[in-house]
Amino acid sequence: MIELPLDIFQYEFMRSALAAGLAASVLCGVIGIYVILNRIVFISDGIAHAAFGGIGLGYFLGLDPLAFGVCSALVTAAGIGMVSSRQRVSEDTAIGVFLATGMALGIMFMSLSKGYARDLYGYLFGDILAVTRSDVLLILALTSVVLIVVYLLYKEFLILSFDPVYGEAMGLPVQSLRLLLLCMVASSVVVLIKIVGIIMVIALLTIPGAISRQRLKSLPGIMAGSVLLGSIFVFVGLIVSYLLDVPSGATIILTASLAFFISTLAGR
Amino acid sequence: MIDSAKVIVFIKGLWVTREGHPVLENVSLDLKEGDFLGLIGPNGGGKSTLLKVMLGLIKPDRGEVKIFGLEPKAARSRVGYMPQKTLFDQSFPIKAIDVVLMGRYPRTGFLRPYGQADREASRRALEAVGMKDLADREIGALSGGEQQRVFVARALVSEPELLLLDEPTAGVDAAQQTEFYDLLCRLNRKLGITIVLVSHDVTAISQYVNKIACLNQRLYYHGSKELTAEDIEKAYGCPVELIAHGTPHRVLRKHD
Repeated sequence: MIELPLDIFQYEFMRSALAAGLAASVLCGVIGIYVILNRIVFISDGIAHAAFGGIGLGYFLGLDPLAFGVCSALVTAAGIGMVSSRQRVSEDTAIGVFLATGMALGIMFMSLSKGYARDLYGYLFGDILAVTRSDVLLILALTSVVLIVVYLLYKEFLILSFDPVYGEAMGLPVQSLRLLLLCMVASSVVVLIKIVGIIMVIALLTIPGAISRQRLKSLPGIMAGSVLLGSIFVFVGLIVSYLLDVPSGATIILTASLAFFISTLAGR
Repeated sequence: MIDSAKVIVFIKGLWVTREGHPVLENVSLDLKEGDFLGLIGPNGGGKSTLLKVMLGLIKPDRGEVKIFGLEPKAARSRVGYMPQKTLFDQSFPIKAIDVVLMGRYPRTGFLRPYGQADREASRRALEAVGMKDLADREIGALSGGEQQRVFVARALVSEPELLLLDEPTAGVDAAQQTEFYDLLCRLNRKLGITIVLVSHDVTAISQYVNKIACLNQRLYYHGSKELTAEDIEKAYGCPVELIAHGTPHRVLRKHD
């Protein structure tokens, strides 16, 4: 038996990484399920990429890139909703445009700043070990807000996810709820960027939920299972990446996708 | 009102246009308590639109619409609605009883959790549609007919006085359809619920309903179960053969 190198958690940066990773797992577990059920995987991915515009701007101005990332992700979430509902543009076209624009802006801003290459790599592929204390605080705050909203609006989100047409007929504010959901996705996605990077965000958002859904039947159960799985992937990924000295983001994602393929092949 | 029965639906001179094109033209309709209206007409004739106007989801361009004497929006909590073909993910993790609970939303309201009374009402609604034993089954594990019953239960759970059903039997086999119409008949006669049933199958519904209206922008309606051959021909815009006095009534499309 290999003994788990738990002593690595005596380092502050490792503890921050773990705290951020676990909080992110809670976010993924809960929001990821809604992303799957509402079939907004592509929108979520678009928001993640577009958030890079804000991150780049924050980086360029020497301010908190993550906070700017949250803002631009929220603007994108609202923008996609507005463009596709008002203009004659289909939603996936709007997503494509926002996605590329955000990425281009992010690259532009970062190239105008110093230390471009290394940090760019971190945002694209994740750098959980570079998570700072203030990042952890921001992540915890976002996680709490999302959990409170989901708790309070559980029945509304259930109707929205299952049958929005009926919800609208019953006077449910479907448009506003969908926007709120996208905003929560936006917040979650930015947190995940810190952990696994823009490119791989969508995997961590959907894989735990997808596996959990294969195995469990009730929505709260699926959420709990998904949170647990996410935590395991982050924890295992961190340790393996430390042992093998490979990038943490990729290791976390590979752990998750390995579990997904095993679960899928194993059947029900 | 001269008539003693309560007026449930009152529509007069209703016009609805969409992007400049008229969808409903000068539609007038009134229904009294206990009526069971079969609303037929060709696809795109505005049947779903008319239901949505009655729910206050679409604002008329002109005309008066009152449900229980109220604005449609204000009356919504007293109306049960079953949308056309509920498209949902068949593997959605939800039990039949929880689908029915959604129908309590207008009564419970935003942000308030469902209570014990809501759960009991949902069990009763499932019982009313003969689905009590399957209450805790996943919705995707039920047959098409059983799912339709769950959606009717969802429309019933708010204890509505008016039930609006938009092609509720689409995708349900013939045996289940008959059972379903019998169920509606019982709800109509025993509970006195006023029903508007949208369908394009006159043959199937004519033996259950007590009034028939045909809609294709204009509404052909005489406050009875009778439609004239001209009504049908005008509405469908093609020759149809109507056997007016047989039971069940039939509308036959001419084969090209």
